[in-house]
Amino acid sequence: MSTPNTPTEPIDPDRLKEIIDRNPSRLGIGRSGPRPKTSDLLTFRADHGRARDAVWTRVSDDLIEELGLYRIQTAVADKDQYLARPDLGRSLSDETIESLKTDCINEPQVQVIVSDGLSSTAVETNSKDLLASLNDGLQQRGIETGTPIFVEFGRVDVMDAIGEELGAEACVNLIGERPGLATAESLSAYFVYNPKRGTPTAKKSVISNIHAGGLPPVEAGAQVAELLTEMLEKRASGLDLREDDRSFQK
Amino acid sequence: MSIQTTVGGDTFEFDTVKTVLAKANEPKTGDELAGIAAGSDAERVAAKRTLAEMRLETLRENPVVPYDQDEVTRVIQDVVREPVYDRIKGWTVAELREYLVREDVGDREISAIRPGLTSEMIAAVAKLMSNMDLVLVTSKMEVTARCNTTVGKAGTLSFRLQPNDPSDTIERIIDSTREGLSYGVGDAVIGINPVEDSVATTTAILEATHEFIEEWNIPTQNCCLSHITTQMDAVREGAPAHMLFQSLAGTEAGNDEFGVDVEMLDEAYELGKKACVSTGPNIMYFETGQGSELSGDAHHDVDQVTLESRCYGLAKRYEPFLVNTVVGFIGPEYLYDGRQVIRAGLEDVFMGQLHGISMGIDACYTNHIQADQNDIENLAVLLTAAGANYFITVPMGDDVMLNYQSNSYHDAAALWEIFDCGPTEPFREWLETMGIWKDGSLTPTAGDPTIFT
Repeated sequence: MSTPNTPTEPIDPDRLKEIIDRNPSRLGIGRSGPRPKTSDLLTFRADHGRARDAVWTRVSDDLIEELGLYRIQTAVADKDQYLARPDLGRSLSDETIESLKTDCINEPQVQVIVSDGLSSTAVETNSKDLLASLNDGLQQRGIETGTPIFVEFGRVDVMDAIGEELGAEACVNLIGERPGLATAESLSAYFVYNPKRGTPTAKKSVISNIHAGGLPPVEAGAQVAELLTEMLEKRASGLDLREDDRSFQK
Repeated sequence: MSIQTTVGGDTFEFDTVKTVLAKANEPKTGDELAGIAAGSDAERVAAKRTLAEMRLETLRENPVVPYDQDEVTRVIQDVVREPVYDRIKGWTVAELREYLVREDVGDREISAIRPGLTSEMIAAVAKLMSNMDLVLVTSKMEVTARCNTTVGKAGTLSFRLQPNDPSDTIERIIDSTREGLSYGVGDAVIGINPVEDSVATTTAILEATHEFIEEWNIPTQNCCLSHITTQMDAVREGAPAHMLFQSLAGTEAGNDEFGVDVEMLDEAYELGKKACVSTGPNIMYFETGQGSELSGDAHHDVDQVTLESRCYGLAKRYEPFLVNTVVGFIGPEYLYDGRQVIRAGLEDVFMGQLHGISMGIDACYTNHIQADQNDIENLAVLLTAAGANYFITVPMGDDVMLNYQSNSYHDAAALWEIFDCGPTEPFREWLETMGIWKDGSLTPTAGDPTIFT
């Protein structure tokens, strides 16, 4: 974000600086008539543009290849349909199921999945460090992992279908979060033990806000490995594993 | 019931009133996701035509969720004033539309038929109305409500100041409050969505905002939008709330998803009347939004406009000070783009006001829907023309806690200038005393949050 325009002659300039410095909101930006100044307007549009691009851009083939991920696509045909039909973003075609079973390791202890979700930018910026650290953590503990999979047009619960078809004991889905104006790079890790289609949200765990300015990807990889280990030990995920926070309303 | 209608040579058949209502909707992704939308535009028009010829009596006798299965249906049906209903029950939905738009039908005439209407009838007529119909009829209705001050009077347009903070830090919430007030917003309510739903956080937010309102003698009211049970606990322990808030759904099952029912809401209302520190009489605040029932699988195959209307039927029981739809928050699987958001916003405010509740809007969008700030500025202009009671505003349109965009603190004075209106009378006087507002516009010191130091 650029330096904000401040009101021209504030009554208390020190106080105004303090307000601007300590707030993540767009405060102390001043105005021209009743409207914001042009540079603030354009900064806002730039931030929104970055968020939109994160939703609408595809994860590059180069990255998927570099990370050695097995690529599949959900039952969704394109981005438009992805946004309108969350049910299809959780579903796999019969052909995809067949190729998964033929080409990927069956019955792994842990199935690692990367999904574009609502932010390809989050996958692009975090998955390399995150996967490296996660794989280290799982290897050190002697946990067997399946063929790592990349899902295009994936929703969180696509891990239920993949895990069920491959007979995985547990799944983790590393998925791009809905971008905000402050960052489009945030990724979440969703977990399920004993994946089956239709497993309720209450039986899932999550580690969110994974990005350089939140939970850094290397650190997140270690936490993801730790939580997977705990899930395998206790044979549970979600509320069965530990009490979750209540979420806010709106 | 089975009705056949022919449009352009094609014949369409509808089995139930519920099906007609669903297929008569303007296009919404939420109805498509639910698998209940019209399959083609021809079928949509056929359903509209069927609905146009339907008598209000048929809608009363066929509530979309049966009376014995759903307490929201019972709330709506039980308050119908029978003599008024008897007078209009023979009208078709088309006749109701044509009545509402007549030049000799104003606020008084609409008020006279209001007690005979059910939420299903109100949803039905909305489905036959064009966007301009909705603006025209909404602009006729003046629905006021009073907490500490009165919103909804002709010539006024109020704003909720929403100073949310991603860590519930009190000093930052107050910073944003200062900023908003310096732009003249905040006469409807200073209302905060907390991150943490706890009695401690709710109490801290209510105390800080109440103290600030008292210190600066501001003619407005506060609210902390935690779960209603959390607010009730806080208020019982003496937290200073001017009103109580809850999100509502249009079915019993939907409200169950929100962790509320009519008994609990009744209890909250009784508590609020005794324990809120405002003058009242209106001390309840509700938020709603098309699609919330489907997202909780509590929609009973009913379309999202009809369910939204039923939210207002439920809200009315509590004579609320404020009700607003949070129109673009829910995501593209319910409202796909700016066009659908604008249509839903117009429908919701119309349906709310026709129920006789003090209706505003959170005109908003998330970053994964096909909309931007221009779309909600369009909606704000349309709904100011329609006479909505209030809008939600956040700093520069960017809510860093809920991660979505709404109207900006900067939009208030612009809308007042375009439409030659202003905030509530006592709030306008207060702005003048503070040197923020003079002769119908912002003064040079407006926009400086350090006025309040």
